[in-house]
Amino acid sequence: MNSTIKYFTDIFKGVLSLWAGMRVTGKYFISPGEIVTEQYPENRATLKMTGRFKGEVIMPHDENNQHKCTGCGICELNCPNGSIEIITKKVPNEEGKMIRAIDKHIYHLSMCTFCELCIKTCPFDAITWGQDFEHAVFDRAKLTKVLNKPGSSLKKKEVKS
Amino acid sequence: MILDIYSFSTLTSSIDNSLHNMMSPWMATLTEFVLVGIVFLLFYALLGLFLVYLERKVCAVIQNRIGPNRVGRWGIFQTFADFIKLLMKELITIKHADKFLFNLAPFIVIIASFMAMAALPFAKGLQAIDFNIGIFYVIAVSSLGVVGILIAGWSSNSKYSLIGAMRSGAQIISYELSVGLSLLAIVIFSGSMQLSTIVESQADGWWIFKGHIPAFIAFVLYLITATAEINRGPFDLAEAESELTAGFHTEYSGIKFAFFFLAEYMNMFIVSAIAATLFLGGWMPFHIGGWEGFNQIMDYIPSILWFFGKTFVVIYIIMWFKWTFPRLRIDQMLNLEWKYLLPLNLMNTVIISFVVLMGLYFK
Repeated sequence: MNSTIKYFTDIFKGVLSLWAGMRVTGKYFISPGEIVTEQYPENRATLKMTGRFKGEVIMPHDENNQHKCTGCGICELNCPNGSIEIITKKVPNEEGKMIRAIDKHIYHLSMCTFCELCIKTCPFDAITWGQDFEHAVFDRAKLTKVLNKPGSSLKKKEVKS
Repeated sequence: MILDIYSFSTLTSSIDNSLHNMMSPWMATLTEFVLVGIVFLLFYALLGLFLVYLERKVCAVIQNRIGPNRVGRWGIFQTFADFIKLLMKELITIKHADKFLFNLAPFIVIIASFMAMAALPFAKGLQAIDFNIGIFYVIAVSSLGVVGILIAGWSSNSKYSLIGAMRSGAQIISYELSVGLSLLAIVIFSGSMQLSTIVESQADGWWIFKGHIPAFIAFVLYLITATAEINRGPFDLAEAESELTAGFHTEYSGIKFAFFFLAEYMNMFIVSAIAATLFLGGWMPFHIGGWEGFNQIMDYIPSILWFFGKTFVVIYIIMWFKWTFPRLRIDQMLNLEWKYLLPLNLMNTVIISFVVLMGLYFK
């Protein structure tokens, strides 16, 4: 007798739980709420990418055309497919001593797999992700970019007072 | 009563008469065969494409998306573009496949669903063949499709196809029983297997209302088992794209794949049309006994609209299933049929016989 009761309660519970699922999707059908589809070429002007989007590697510069890259080359060492080349130069500091500084931070977008190892390992947080994703060009050479802007220099560390 | 201006029998009989005046009787019959065939082919193709579009839109709305919206306004020509693409695709021949059976299988599947459509009453006076065993014919013919699926799986020389086809075979053999039993409910109520008689018997109320609880249970059981019978989600084990790439039509390409695809959607239309005809009154307008004014207003809606309206409501419910529930495992599916649906169906049949014998339903 117990098994008979269990049989029918099983059916009843099963139907109830199926109905619960159908209620959820039915509610979405009637009131879809926020539409997640991005209609891309039309909404190009207003399109906001999400914060974690990996568009391309960029080096942020401040208003004095200064960046945080010291030219240490750790990103070049960590890049698994050689898409970063660091060319350094020697510049004199205020005491007249020759120190190493970045000359060109060359980034081959065509070889990048967006693994984020360079950004994760950068000790000075000099490079980060850009949000631009329209990379199509007609010439492969255009995919090789120099990340530090011409004439830029290393940002001085803030002296703790 | 139903208005005669919406009846298609005047149109069809005038075509019949003019053909008989023009040519000998057997030539007229032959011409009618060809005409009906062309009309059905066009209807089949257009409705199949529309159902694919509808499915994509419904699933998009359920998932908070927009769905096809580029080709034509609201993307209505999307499926036509897809179909043209499929027509132009290469038909890949498989090494060591059984060529004859491989090419035959899509036709068996599509012919099975095509034949089932012939017996459907679309509107008053619009029915290709009115068998006196109409519902039996539809069940018998629509289950022929599984032969095509089994042949497709066997002849493809691919393990995915074979597993998909065998699953489909197990599925149809078990669920065919429940489909038959749940349709038997209405056969008991109306006392006829002829589809036109079944529709006429619902002039004063649809069977789902007149037959109250047992008819409603039979309707729900029919929806579940019919979904399983047409290999749609959550019972789409025969294709199970996450396990078997595409199941029995893995090796098919181009127009042969399109045949399977179209047949699947048309089967959905056919089972929905049967549900609408048997449980929801077919082309009969919605009538409430005693409300003369209301009934007359309902009569002004053409019967063909009633039929398609009801059918699309059932189609929507089947799509709603598919985009809500996860796929069942093969053992869960067979358990559901043999341990739950079949005993429930048998009990329901006994109850309905009792109800009809005692006259406990609304007449």
